Amino acid sequence: MMSELRHLIEPGDLTNEEMVELVDLGLEMYENPKKYAKVCEGKILASLFYEPSTRTKFSFDSAMLRLGGSLIGFADPNSTSDKKGESLADTIRVISYYADIAVMRHPKEGAPLLCAQYSEIPIINGGDGGHQHPTQTLTDLITIKKYKGTLENHVVAFQGDLKYGRTVHSLIKTLARFNTKKFILISPEELRLPSSLKRQLLDKYPHLVIEEVLHLEEVVDQIDVLYCTRIQKERFFNEEDYLKLKNSYILTLKSIENAKEDMIIMHPLPRVNEITYEVDDDKRAVYFDQSKLGVYVRMALITKLLGVDIDVRG
Amino acid sequence: MLEVNGIANGIVLDHMKAGLGLVVFNKLVDGKIDHPVVLLMNVSSQAMGKKDIIKIENTFDVDLNILGLIDENITVNIIKDGKLFEKQEVVIPKKLKGYIKCKNPRCISHFDNYVEPEFTLYSKDSLEYLCSFCDEITKYE
Ligand SMILES: [Zn+2]
Repeated sequence: MMSELRHLIEPGDLTNEEMVELVDLGLEMYENPKKYAKVCEGKILASLFYEPSTRTKFSFDSAMLRLGGSLIGFADPNSTSDKKGESLADTIRVISYYADIAVMRHPKEGAPLLCAQYSEIPIINGGDGGHQHPTQTLTDLITIKKYKGTLENHVVAFQGDLKYGRTVHSLIKTLARFNTKKFILISPEELRLPSSLKRQLLDKYPHLVIEEVLHLEEVVDQIDVLYCTRIQKERFFNEEDYLKLKNSYILTLKSIENAKEDMIIMHPLPRVNEITYEVDDDKRAVYFDQSKLGVYVRMALITKLLGVDIDVRG
Repeated sequence: MLEVNGIANGIVLDHMKAGLGLVVFNKLVDGKIDHPVVLLMNVSSQAMGKKDIIKIENTFDVDLNILGLIDENITVNIIKDGKLFEKQEVVIPKKLKGYIKCKNPRCISHFDNYVEPEFTLYSKDSLEYLCSFCDEITKYE
């Protein structure tokens, strides 16, 4: 797959076949972790976190350690030369001498692409502003594959903040490539999917079905995959609007009363209060396993980008 | 009538609607070219009533991409040895470097000196361009 230098900046950097390959390898690693415990021995992952994100950083760190590799990096932007006005291009040139692969989280959109243009090692985008978060997308895909058997032909619903949620943007773009039967977008008017993104999707996939509704209850019985995101109070213009809507976007056992038995409930985590704790015990709730699977799909990604030789068939 | 000599070698931009000459001058010429430039405004024209013309002497190294964004009807004449050597077609550029700034305030292109933002044409009708760094759509104005 990757003999030349490859990066993962956005989901579009991977073909559908490559995504499926990564997801399958991730599932294989999840089943047989011991087999892969040393495949990255002697390799170093640099994690460059210009914006704090403990969860994503730990997920990558854990992935590299589980492959037998080592880590360098920082999680505090104040400790880096960024503050001194050094260009990212210079930073990454130097990091290229210290590490074999790098993951980067940056508040500015497009920063990882800039790095990739100057890097001599593979760059993984660990999230850039509100733009892309491709390894979250891979995490979401591996979860759908594990629980639904395939990435295709599902009715996928997104609920919550669809305007600012980059995980939603990346996943919806990606699933559009996999013959999704229908997208259902559940959000308040104020937090609808950006019209430019909707337009780009429909321009590219004219047959795509996108339905927008205000409440989950109207559509819950159709859904195969329900992807929830957090609604933040500060996204609203006034408190009154927020309070009015707040409760209709909190997932309870009652709200999934009429859902399919095999529907799955996903969430990129962390959650605040948008899914009540009672839902955790429902067998449809897979969000904690989703976090766990994220480590394994990142392991698969690291080995692939490094060109580490492993036998996928086991 | 005002006399302006023809040029021996260079570029003549003709059939610009009256008023557009200054727009083209500002976008294409101002500060970017140090060869002699003549801007003629409100020249009478049989077909157009009034038109503007720009003559740029002794250079062929001008990025004419921008013309397509301003008006596709502009005529580009390349003059060599006092004769019309070539008429170039004006088209809306598929790629743009410079000329526009990404409208996304969080885009890395506003923060790093190394960045050379490149835009890909998204819509010909509305002159919208997609930023290569952040995928935001920006309209050329
Ligand atoms: Zn941009």
